[in-house]
Amino acid sequence: MAHDGRTTEGLRTRGLTKSFGGPPVVRDVDIDLRPAEVHAIVGENGAGKSTLLKLLAGVHQPDAGEVIVDGNAVAVTSPTVARSLGISLIFQEPTLFPDLTVAENIFMGRHPVTARLPMVRWRTMLSRAAALMESIGARIDPARPVGELSVAEQQLVEIATALSHRARFVLMDEPTASLTPREVDRLFAIIRDLKARGASVVFVNHRLEEVFAIADRITVMRDGAKVGTWAAGELSRDEVVKRMVGRELGRSPERPHVQPGEVALEVEDLTAPGRFRGVSLSVRRGEIVAMAGLVGAGRTEVARALFGIDSFERGTVKLNGQAVRFRSPREALRAGLAYLPEDRQHQGLIQALTVAQNMTLTILGELSRGGWLDRRREQELARRQVERLQVKTPSVNSAVQNLSGGNQQKVLVGKFLIARPKVLILDEPTRGVDVGAKAEIHRLIVDLAAQGMAVLVISSDLPEVLALADRVIVMRAGQVAGELSRDEATEESIMRLAVGTGPTAGGRKAL
Amino acid sequence: MSRERLRELAVQSGPELLLVALFAASLAFSAWLSPYFLRVTTLFDMTSQFMELGLMALAMTLVIIMGQIDLSVASILALVGVVFGLLSENGVSLALAIPAALALAAVLGMINGWLAVAFRLPALVVTLGTMALYRGIGQILLGDRSAYGFPAWFVSIDFRYIPGTPVPLPLVIFAAFAVGFFLLLHRTTFGRLVYAVGNNAEACRFSGIAVDRLQVAVFTLSGLMSGMAGLMMTSRFASARWDMASGLELDVITTVVLGGTSIFGGRGTITGTVLALFVIGTLRYGMGLANVLPQNQSVVIGLLLILAILGPETGRAWQARRRRAAVRKGGELQASKAEVSAR
Repeated sequence: MAHDGRTTEGLRTRGLTKSFGGPPVVRDVDIDLRPAEVHAIVGENGAGKSTLLKLLAGVHQPDAGEVIVDGNAVAVTSPTVARSLGISLIFQEPTLFPDLTVAENIFMGRHPVTARLPMVRWRTMLSRAAALMESIGARIDPARPVGELSVAEQQLVEIATALSHRARFVLMDEPTASLTPREVDRLFAIIRDLKARGASVVFVNHRLEEVFAIADRITVMRDGAKVGTWAAGELSRDEVVKRMVGRELGRSPERPHVQPGEVALEVEDLTAPGRFRGVSLSVRRGEIVAMAGLVGAGRTEVARALFGIDSFERGTVKLNGQAVRFRSPREALRAGLAYLPEDRQHQGLIQALTVAQNMTLTILGELSRGGWLDRRREQELARRQVERLQVKTPSVNSAVQNLSGGNQQKVLVGKFLIARPKVLILDEPTRGVDVGAKAEIHRLIVDLAAQGMAVLVISSDLPEVLALADRVIVMRAGQVAGELSRDEATEESIMRLAVGTGPTAGGRKAL
Repeated sequence: MSRERLRELAVQSGPELLLVALFAASLAFSAWLSPYFLRVTTLFDMTSQFMELGLMALAMTLVIIMGQIDLSVASILALVGVVFGLLSENGVSLALAIPAALALAAVLGMINGWLAVAFRLPALVVTLGTMALYRGIGQILLGDRSAYGFPAWFVSIDFRYIPGTPVPLPLVIFAAFAVGFFLLLHRTTFGRLVYAVGNNAEACRFSGIAVDRLQVAVFTLSGLMSGMAGLMMTSRFASARWDMASGLELDVITTVVLGGTSIFGGRGTITGTVLALFVIGTLRYGMGLANVLPQNQSVVIGLLLILAILGPETGRAWQARRRRAAVRKGGELQASKAEVSAR
């Protein structure tokens, strides 16, 4: 990045306020971003972090307050204006054009053209893109369509785009949410490099261990307002959490060693070529089994096959001792197997419908009296779940889209619990959920197991795996790489199996 | 405050309120166009002109809320009319021909749904095909002539009234179906599923809902209602032709969309569709009485549709802007308060 040595004071905001019709989402926020620093912004879901970034990047306009760049108040009226000021926002989910090439995406709207005719100079564009990618140490062919790239690679393209705009303020909204540990490491190397070049990198994240690994300063937000900014060394992790939630946090429940019951779910040699091979596992009543592994190791694929969404080629599945093969989620749910999908937005909930309507979707048949919908019973059942799960919602008749991520996740849990499953598979049950709601969901999972449910938790969050699991099954490249007891499981032993270094413990045969 | 609430209410009840206003306006407009319009008998008789449209629009409301579309409704109407006419001409008793015609209609609709589900095709493509196919079969079967010679009791349904009133039979039939569809969509689990699938079919599948079965059922219902409309139109004209109701599918869709149903699915009401039907029907009939050319009628309907869609949208945008302005004021207030308390 060309830093032409002029004095850069950085970026400050004063009294930044924004609301979308309701109470302000960002309230009177003053922050300052200094050159050559990594500035983490943390807070529970709904604390206003993403909105703050979008205000800085011109996606939204503030209702009040100002943005000051290098001492001058500026009006960031659009993302284009933001870019000209050196501000680039990299979204949670990359927002690129999947059918266009890497190079075209980087130079969108300013493709180098020939002098006379407005024809794209492909070779120039490709070589410039290649140079950019190389400068961040990414080995990605600029001629490849972006749709073929992984999320991590797409992020690199976004970063390269930001660099091509000579961004001095690189804002990243949960950049690590869908990255594997190795990809996170690479991203951090790039962030450190950006910092070395004098950029200030803003980094919104839920994972505190990552925040502490990279941030120079930490700003904590709560309910749209800034709680404060501290140098990373000044605070412990617990202190940050305390400031985020504004209260003492109940620790994740300590799991007593439980006496597991009979086998509820037994899977043997489950195989679907290209997705997973020879997967065997079992879950007993009252037991919580975690499925760990890197993203793409085939965990979700196994769950989908069990739940009847995708088919599998061979293998046996036994539910409470009975051989089953579900051809649809409908059959699975009826037999007592529920699967909470990872993708809340598209697979889990119907955003425009109410809490009650979402929760009763799985048992609509039971609410039918000769076809008529028993609305009284629906309201009653939904209210009971909302109470039980402590969903924070104005009423059961509020649209789900108005709830925070954590509360949406609770609605999702309630929706499947209402069907009274005997085996519950949860896929990343706390991804994108704030710490408070996360602890509540963990407690709930433990309670469910204590009541005799067989629980299989798919999670990439190692502390979560360790806190919950009686046993850990680690998958790698579509196969079970090993199985660890509660006592054997540590972050290190799990990661070793997940990435495939060291001996394959557990003695599972690799086909 | 009460003015504020009134405005809230106006924006919330969205399309319905606008449609009531439009209906009043179209009555006034038609009365102004033609002196014959504002007679009770005219008003009632006029409705018979668009009850077939209404029957199909009721089912189309469900189809569109579910996130689909059925372009073949008018073609099903025609093919059912033709087959029914041929049966009658060949001496089949109507006691048999009517159920047969309705069964055919249901099967034609079911084929639409099944094709879409089995081959994972968008309904737009499937029904674009069957729209041409069904009408084409009608033409092959009957050729370029009319089937007629129906028994006297069957024809001219629009000249039968509830005894002692000016209420024509088609209006009564439509009203009964409208109530039925209202209950189906807004009071049954089936209706709930239509909304749920229209909003997010993927999440419904994950919730154990037989999405495909529902889709086939809704298309079957759409076919059945087109068949009803086909019989009604055949009775009204005392004949059936392969090209009857040609192009009517677009009026059906226009009615549903004008009634506030989202073309993207997930949102819509039967009340809205019924109101929109009367707006369009009144306008067309009034303009017809005043000898407005059909193409000019289309201009009016087209403008109306655009206005009806823009209306609530701009209303919402306007309200949002006011809220923002209010917050901005509130924000300044808060800021100054904070300053005071800081001191």
